[in-house]
Order: sequence, then C-alpha cells, then structure tokens
Amino acid sequence: MARALATTQTTLLPPGKISVELVVNGVETKFDVAPWTTLLDALRERLDLTGTKKGCDHGQCGACTVLVDGRRINSCLTLAVMKDGAKVTTIEGLATDGALHPMQQAFIDHDAFQCGYCTPGQICSAMGLIAEGKAKTPDEIREMMSGNICRCAAYPNIVAAIQQVMGAS
Amino acid sequence: MINFQYTRASDVSDAVRQIAADPTAKFIAGGTNLLDLMKEDVEHPTRLIDITRLPLTKVEETATGGLRIGALVPNSDLAWHAAITQRYPVLASAILAGASAQLRNMASTGGNLLQRTRCFYFYDTATPCNKRELGSGCSAIKGINRINAILGTSDACIATHPSDMCVALAVLEARIHVAGPGGERIVPFADFHRLPGETPEQDTNLDANEIVTAVELPAEGFARNYTYLKIRDRLSYAFALVSVAVGLEMDGTTIRQARFALGGVAHKPWRDPSAEAALNGQVASPENFRRAADLALRDAKGFEHNAFKIELARRTIVRALTQASRGTPQSQSNKKIA
Amino acid sequence: MSHDRSIPRRPGDISRREIMQGAIAIGALGYVGADAATSVAIAAEQQSPVGTPITRYIGTAISRIDGDAKVTGGAKYAAEYKVPGLVHTFVVGSTIAKGRIVRIDASEALLVEGVIAVLTHENRPRMADNDKAYKDDAAPEGAPFRPLYDGKIKFNGQPIALVLAEESEVARFAASLVRVEYEDEAHVTDLYRQRDAAFALPEPAKPRGDAAKAFGASDVRHEGEYYVPIEHHNPMEPYASTVTWDGGGKLTIYDKTQGVQNVHRYVCGVFDMKPDDVRILSPYVGGAFGSGLRPQYQVVLAVLAARALERSVRVVLTRQQMYSLGYRPAMIQKIRLGAKTDGTLDAITHDAVTATSQYEDFYRRETTWSGLLYHSANATYAHKLARLDLATSCDMRGPSAATGVYALESAMDELAVALKLDPLELRLRCYSDRAQTEGDVPFSSKNLRECYRQGAEAFGWDKRNPEPRSMRDGSDLVGWGMATGVWEALQMPITVRVVLTANGHAEVASATSDIGTGTYTIMAQVAADMLGLPLGSISVKLGDSTLPQSPLEGGSWIAASVSNGIVTTCKAIREELLRLAKKVPNSPLAKATVDEVALADGRLMSRQDASRAILIADVMRHGAVDRIEMEKSTSFANDGKHAHNTHSALFAEVKVDEQLGVVRVTRVVSAIAAGRILNAKTAHSQIMGGMVWGMGMALHEETLIDHNFGRIMNANIAEYHVPVNADVHDIKVIFVDEQDEIVNPLGVKGLGEIGIVGVPAAIANAIYHATGKRVRDLPITLDKLL
Repeated sequence: MARALATTQTTLLPPGKISVELVVNGVETKFDVAPWTTLLDALRERLDLTGTKKGCDHGQCGACTVLVDGRRINSCLTLAVMKDGAKVTTIEGLATDGALHPMQQAFIDHDAFQCGYCTPGQICSAMGLIAEGKAKTPDEIREMMSGNICRCAAYPNIVAAIQQVMGAS
Repeated sequence: MINFQYTRASDVSDAVRQIAADPTAKFIAGGTNLLDLMKEDVEHPTRLIDITRLPLTKVEETATGGLRIGALVPNSDLAWHAAITQRYPVLASAILAGASAQLRNMASTGGNLLQRTRCFYFYDTATPCNKRELGSGCSAIKGINRINAILGTSDACIATHPSDMCVALAVLEARIHVAGPGGERIVPFADFHRLPGETPEQDTNLDANEIVTAVELPAEGFARNYTYLKIRDRLSYAFALVSVAVGLEMDGTTIRQARFALGGVAHKPWRDPSAEAALNGQVASPENFRRAADLALRDAKGFEHNAFKIELARRTIVRALTQASRGTPQSQSNKKIA
Repeated sequence: MSHDRSIPRRPGDISRREIMQGAIAIGALGYVGADAATSVAIAAEQQSPVGTPITRYIGTAISRIDGDAKVTGGAKYAAEYKVPGLVHTFVVGSTIAKGRIVRIDASEALLVEGVIAVLTHENRPRMADNDKAYKDDAAPEGAPFRPLYDGKIKFNGQPIALVLAEESEVARFAASLVRVEYEDEAHVTDLYRQRDAAFALPEPAKPRGDAAKAFGASDVRHEGEYYVPIEHHNPMEPYASTVTWDGGGKLTIYDKTQGVQNVHRYVCGVFDMKPDDVRILSPYVGGAFGSGLRPQYQVVLAVLAARALERSVRVVLTRQQMYSLGYRPAMIQKIRLGAKTDGTLDAITHDAVTATSQYEDFYRRETTWSGLLYHSANATYAHKLARLDLATSCDMRGPSAATGVYALESAMDELAVALKLDPLELRLRCYSDRAQTEGDVPFSSKNLRECYRQGAEAFGWDKRNPEPRSMRDGSDLVGWGMATGVWEALQMPITVRVVLTANGHAEVASATSDIGTGTYTIMAQVAADMLGLPLGSISVKLGDSTLPQSPLEGGSWIAASVSNGIVTTCKAIREELLRLAKKVPNSPLAKATVDEVALADGRLMSRQDASRAILIADVMRHGAVDRIEMEKSTSFANDGKHAHNTHSALFAEVKVDEQLGVVRVTRVVSAIAAGRILNAKTAHSQIMGGMVWGMGMALHEETLIDHNFGRIMNANIAEYHVPVNADVHDIKVIFVDEQDEIVNPLGVKGLGEIGIVGVPAAIANAIYHATGKRVRDLPITLDKLL
C-alpha cells in the first residue's frame, strides 16, 4: 500500500509552460515547456532523445554538446525557450538512411570511446569543430576538443578519428 | 533552480524598462554562468529577461579608428573576427584561452564582463560567503584559498574575477557602453569592475537597471607586441591561476608604452599604472621586466594556499613581457610556453 | 574486508579466504562466487580442451560490437529508460559532516504544484534493520551506510531527503525549499590530524627476515614519505536508477553498477524482497572505475520511493552529489629501502596510513606490492587505518597498486639517485623471478624483463643523460623517468550460457557488465572462435541479473573469467554436437573424442584432418534439434605453486617550463606483459585510458576538503581536474608477448588496472629528472615546482 505522504494543499505554482518550436534533426517539433527546462532536459525528457548526455549539467564536461544552428553548444546551459525557432542537431540526427555519418564510423574505427557516455557529445563537438574550420593541426584539434571530457581517456583516438574525417573531406 | 518567469525583450529600451520594473529580474544572454549559478541556487532571479534577440550583434568601426562590439557578439565570433585577430590579437588570444569552444559559442561579450567568481564558497550555499550573502562571512580566508586573490583583497572577500577576455580588455582600455533608464553612459574599463571592500556582493559598477550594450575598443590594439599568457592547473579548460595580458608599443628595443594586466589574482583584472610607467621609455630587458613585476606585486598578500601566486605572477609577468617585446605571443593551442 | 577463515575449502572454489590469503590478493575484492558443486574447475593440468584454439578473432583488433549503439545515441544508460508515469526526484544532501537531524521541514516544498512527497527517515517505507542485509559483495567490515535510515549524519552531503515530483525541475526546485535543522558534532576529515589515532590492521603479509636490522646495515639507504590525496572516480555518467513498478510489488531496476547480481542481492536484502520480484538491468554503464562495485545509495532511494508510491521512480545524482559516494582514500606511505652498493636490495619496509569512514573499515594492501616486485631477503609491511567523518572510501582503478606502487617506484628512483645507478638498471638488479610474498613461488608467467627492454627501446631510454636538469628544449627542462607496474591476474567463478541455433547463430550470456572495458566484444570474439562462427553470428547478453552468475566487474578479472567461462561452455556445446555427429550415417567423426575436434567455419571437424568434418547445420538437422543450450560454471583452481601477475614498464617524458613550473607530459610508453591479449584495439584503449588516469593522478587530481566544514569544496569537474584532450600527447602501448599456459586455458590475465599502475611514479620521476625537485605529495601541481 502506498503511504499517505502527500499533502493536498498546493500554493506554489511552477512557471507556466510556453510553446516552443524547434527543428530537431530536420523534424519540426512543437512542444510546451517551462522556462526552467534546459534544452538538454527538453531533448532527453520531453523528446526522448537521450543520445545527448548529462554528465555535469554545468558546462564542465561537454557530454551535452549539440549543434544549434550549426554551432556546437552545451545544451545544459541553454534554456529550451530561448532556442525557439532554432535548428537543433543531436547525435540521433547524424546517420542518414541508416548509414553512419563518417564521423561516427571514424569513432568506431579508431576506438575513440570506451564507455560511450561522452561519445555523442564528442561527435557533435567534432562536427562543430570541422564546421568552424579553425583547427587543422593535432595541437589545434586537441585544444578545440578540450571542452569534451572523456574519463575513459580515449583522447588520442578521438583526435585520430577527427583527422580521418578531415583527411577525407 | 528557483521558480522564475521568462520574458523576452524586444529592444534595448524595452529591456531597460523590464528590468527597472522588477528589481529581482536578471538579463539572460549566453546563460553559461547565470544558469550554472541558478542550478546551485546561488543566483535566484524571479524573472529572466531574454535579451538574445536584441540587435547587439555587430562589430563596427568607430569614428576614432576603433571598434564597437555589440554586447551580444558571441565570444567565439569575436575571437575569430578578422578585425580582432588582425588589430587586437591580444583580445582574440585571451578569449581563446578561456572556457571551451562550446562555451565560447554561447557566451556573449557583455556576459563575459559579468562573470561571477569561481570561489568555492561562493558556489556552495552550505558555507558562508559575503559575496553571496553579505554579512555571512568569508569562508575562503581561512579555508581552501588556492584559487583566490592576492591583490586588492579585503577582510570581507578574497574572490577573483575569472574572465580571460576582461584581462585583455583592461590592457586595451576598452570602454563599456551601458544603457539605463536615464539613457546611455560610457564606463572606462578600469572603473567597470570593483574591488571587494565592504561590498563584495557587487562585482561591478553597473547599476541594477542598466544593460551593457557594447564594448568599444580604442584604436590602439598593440597588434605587433602583445601576448596573453595563462597559467592553470591543466593545459586547457581550466580557470587561470594567474594570467597576464600585455600590449607594448615598441621602438626598436625600447618600450614606448607598456600596458599589462593580471587575471586570476584579484577581484578585477589588475593593472598597476606605476608598474607600467616604470617600463615606459626603458629597454625591454629582464631586469626592467622584473622591476615592473615587483612593483605590480608590491602590495600582494598571500593566504594559506595561494601565496605561491605572488611568485608565479611575478614570473608570469616577466615571461609575458618577454613574449610581447619579442613579438612571440603565446599560442593557445601549442602549449609550450613561448 | 572479512578475514573469515571458516569458509571450508572445496575443490574448485575460490573462497574469500583464498582471495585474501592466497596469491598476494592485494586488490582482490573478496567476492564469494558460485556454489562449487556446479562448477567445473579449470587448471593447467586440465586445460586440454582448448589445445590450440582455432582463432580468427581472438587477438585481433576487432571494433567494438557495441560501437554502433554508442555512436548513434542508441545505447541507453540507467537514467534513459522511458517509463509511463515516471516519478522524478531530487536528492537533498546534508550540509554538516557529523551530528543528527533535529528537524526536517518539507512543508514549503510540499506546497509546490507537482510535488508528490518528500521522503525522509521519518516517513520512509520499511527497510532492513540489520547490517547483514546491507552487506554487498564488496562491503568491507563494519556497518554499511543505510540511506534515509535514521537522522544520524555520518558525512557531509549524506542523502537526507528525496523530493518526489511529476517533473525533474519541480523536484529540484522543491528540494531547495526543504529546511533542515541539525545538531552538530565535532568532526574530523583531515588524515594528518587523525594519523596518530590510526589503528593498526593485521599484518598485510608475512614479513621476511629482519628488515629493520638489514636497513640499518645497508650500504645505501633511502627513506621517504609519500602522500596521495583523496581522488574521485568521476565516471562521465552520473549514478542513476530507474525503478519500474511492474505491479504486485515487482520491480525492474535499470541501475548504474558494475555488478547487477550484487545489486540484486542487496536490494532483496534491504527490502526483504523475493529474488524473483527484482530484476536489475545494466546493459550500458557510462564508466565506473570501481565506484560501481558497491550498490550506491540512489538505488535504495529509488526503491524506497517506488514502494512508497507504488509507482515507477527515477533517481539521478548530480555531478556534485557524485562526491558523496566512495573515493580513493587519502594515504600517507613511508618507504625504507636499503641496498648494497651494487644495487641489490637488502631491506624493504613499507608502511601505510589510509583513510576510511567512521563506520566501515575499507582498506587494501598498498604495502605488500613492494615485497612482491623486487627481490630482497628482508621485507616488512605495516598498515594503519584512520577513521574520518567521510563516506567510506572504496576501490578506484588499480586500488592499492596505483598508490602503493607510486610510493615504491618513487622511492626506487630516489634509491637509484643515491646509488648513482640508472633507474632501469636498478630494477634489473633487483629483478625478482619468484614471488617472495607468496612463499617464494615462481610466476605462472612474468615477462617484465622484455617489457623493460622493449619499452626502453621504444622510448630511447639509452639516450638519457642521468644528471637532473641536464636535458633541455629551449625554456623547457626535459625529464625522463621510468617505473614498473604490477597487478594481480585475478579470476573468479563464473557461469556462461551459450545457445546455438540451427540457423548458425549463437547467443552467449552471463550477468557481467561492460563498463567500457570491451566485455561485449571479447565475449563475442571468444564465442565466435570457440563455435567456429562468424563474429556477426554471435549475440552477447550481459548486464541482467537474471542471466547466469557472474562476479562483479572489477579487479581486471572479468576478461579472464568470462573468456575461459565461454571456453568451458563451448566445449559442452562441442560435446553435444559430437554426440549428435556420431549418429549421422557414415559419420567421419564416429571415433573422435571431444578434444580431437574443433568448431571452425561452421563445421565440426577433426583437428588432425580437416577433411573429416560435418557442417554444424547438418549435425543439428540430423539430430532433429533446432537449438543447443548449455550453461556451465567455471572456476579457477589455484595450484598454490605459482603467482599470477601482470607487469608493465613505464617510460615518461615531461617538459617543464623552468620558470613557471608548467608540466607537459609529452610522451609515455607503456610496455605490458599481461598474457594473451584478446582484442588488440580495445586492449590498447584500456591501457591508454589507465595511463591517462596515471597522468591525472600525477598532475591534476585532488579532492579538496575544507576541514572547518568537513566538506568537499571542489565537488565538480571544473575544479576537480581530470586530464582533458590538450593534456594528452604521445601515448604508446606495447603488448609484450607473454604466453601463460598455467594461469588459465586461454592465458588471459586482465588489463583494467595495470594501465594506471606505475604511471604516476614514472611522471614524478621524470619531473625530478627535469627539475631536480622531488615532490612526494600528489598531485604535482605547478606551485610545488616554483
């Protein structure tokens, strides 16, 4: 039997929900969300896109990295309501017609992960890095990928995977 | 995170009007620091005014040969902007030394100015902190103060300002454009941030009802002789223990004009006019650099865990001045210190 | 840890007693495995089944079979299961280190719309009231922490309430409204302050000779004290449990753990539930590194809430709350080494003081590695334990060895300096071909000499100028340092099920986990080879408490245990196929024995004459079976005549800015002897990851406690520094050939721990060589080099 733990009186109302429209992985998505919901939580809990990970919720690990309007950002430090109208690409949106994106394949080829938890963020970050076009040398790739912590420490393999994709493009 | 209302500002005057109407409201742009602090219940605005749609995203030439940077220009855009990389490379370098690529994509120019300290006690609501709750006491003075300040501290607070960008802006003598209910005003960079004194809860001299609209850079960018040298506990994605931004105007081996600022050591980016003056007209030499460093640190005071910062700052100043005078600025990707 | 000597020895059983007393058992976790009656013991004498395995996959660099799931976001972790009617939660942690709760006022929190309840020790459902129920497979001696049990506060950040709400943000907001009044008691969290109050543990290992006397008589002596701070595992995935209320009180729990069956037994014990009413699932684990060996408190909170509400519940810890779990204990180690002028050791003394909580005695055997690694007639060890007002410390990657060998290998470097001897040469002169700590027995295999040789060659060690501060690169001082690594090749009883179907597909299953180690992949490789099937025809099941018995995934023992377990079960499949094959008319295998046949290329064939073969599909068709299912247990008999260890030689290059003390680790070479390598690709990643952990330990990692508050102040990953991409440069891993026909049939020895061991010392020694400064307290932050 459930215990009677709850009270019936409620006076503190959470913030009202606001309608937000996002294009997520190419699909127009409209949903109601409270202002305090981060883009990360909206993706994971409202849209069931759990590929984007929560590692720290404070912009300190990069596991939540997604592409918003083509730029890599930490979705944990972004309110979903602030991104109304934006195009969001998550790890779930990279493969096309069931074929892995070359970056995904490169991560597999180079064993650029172990536990896999930072991996979606690493891959989205790598996509952002290539789109930025600023990092060319291994030193530059290492520096520009330093916002994505990998506790399994696959770093050299991550750099190799990115170089593979850069070399091919 | 506290319960809050969310509104959007349609233009600068609307933003100012909205914030004036609600003393517990805050602006949100990049959100990288504010949301971080809200999740820790350090910041608890009852209303967030989203200013990301304001037209403050341009980098424009000024009539006096400088640049006017809109407050909402993202840090990364600024760092890679051709006018910045060519004319104000010290600013580009400082920005790229901070945070991560993702955070720089989000963080705004105005927001970077308003970053709050990383002091452990400020972040932990279980401990007293005068900056968070005036009158509760400073836990850092007798606590873990390795990352805390050595200059300009007070008995009330020994927090540091964590920004890298601001250290470069101090050297460039940027001017901060702000708008408030009474109109616009310009704040010289040196007057923008405060020392803690007895009011450590205030980081800046921005009024509660004001909004930063732009950062103006004067024409002088020190594009030939500059550096941003950041010393930290790992090679990237860490706050500075000590950082030094330098801009020199050189005449051969003689320093015509010297500017340098320190990060990670004080409640604001730290400049010392007397230390800079001691370099003006002098030959760029290790002895002169050391003298300037000694002058800049003459009033430095260490605490249990951060006394090393005094010597570290001294050496970092000398090294940064050396890099700048030789025209070999620090790379932010090759971690060998030039 | 139990010192239970009462468990009777049964054939083929690895008992807790053997683990603790047999071998060196330094990192062993003391897991009591399956009932020996059902086990098949594998030992060298019995290992004919494998003979020369026909290997297409074992040893090759196969990409992870779970790779697709991980790069597409398809791999689901504990907090990611969509469950109808899920209740979201937020944990409230204590803000004092010691005392008791006088009052918890949740009234304001309960006023928030969407809040369902606030669970505290005052209103929680019933849970067990005896320590035994809370003892998990990895529990040390003592009284385990009971989440939300009563109002006593034992450590800062202790969970004291759980807010239950319809949405996660609501729970989080309401949690900030829970008011708590405490009665504070004086606390102590500083190991140095408690050092004198530490109590002596039983002798870590039998001493040999008279080390004190020999030390006094030595030609050259070194004595040093080394400090390792508290470190936290910080796996990327936060601890989480999603409990689904299946009706009738049955629970399916998605949990982050390194042992689904451990959590299963624990939940059944704490909540007095029937085994069939609880199922633990953990198919993907986002790193754990030892933090998931014991069930963590979020699973208790989640089950409490589910039972209170009769609803499905999810509890996810924040990164900050991850610092209220276990940690690598702070430790002070004192080493004395006495040597003759020729560099042979006369005396080794290794003393340690390590930290635990007030309520459990967690410790490992840091000190005895010293007596194992180098030959010395005299060796003695002592270990004291200090109680602090913190959560109980726990295993963290390379427990005891990462730390103990750091101290030893730093001391060896100092001894080499005192002897004016090359540090590598000193190691060779002290080389031990026998495990003196274990009654002077030989090793089942030990190819450390080759590690030294190949590692030194790859690194270019012979070009080292022995003088500190003698090597430069511009403004950088260059330092080269080396060290040795050692770990124990452990193996545990395990049960593996294999189901072979007539369509040529096989499923291999055991209740182990893959925390990023590559277990899925090596299981598939071994099964494919043992069944003679393509890798793609193998599916692997793990991380489910209903699967056949598996030990915890820890101590580097899973690869050896599960791979040999698969060999055992596949032999049973082969036997059954042979039995059926003999019934086929004119069977070419009519007279063959099971050891004379192998499975390869979808056929059962004679090892002597490959032309004598029958397609597996034909065998099954003739036998009129569409599936063959076998479930066999394997245990590993220790003959007591050999020590089982892995070894490594580490060589590190650092560049240290002379003025600013900034350290860059520019090159590290690790040459590893760890028996048969099952997968060259995942093995490389395992070792590389361990090496980077060693870098973090050497340079970055330190949990900072404000002893005034008894509170961790850098409980986040901005200020608790772990290496980032920019910190990691040239990492070279060399697997030295090491065939071991004694340790187990496949000769597999495990890799999870050995990667980190020795790396901190190699880096510290390189920093000394670069700067002339010997830093004996980790991490070596730049302020210590100014």
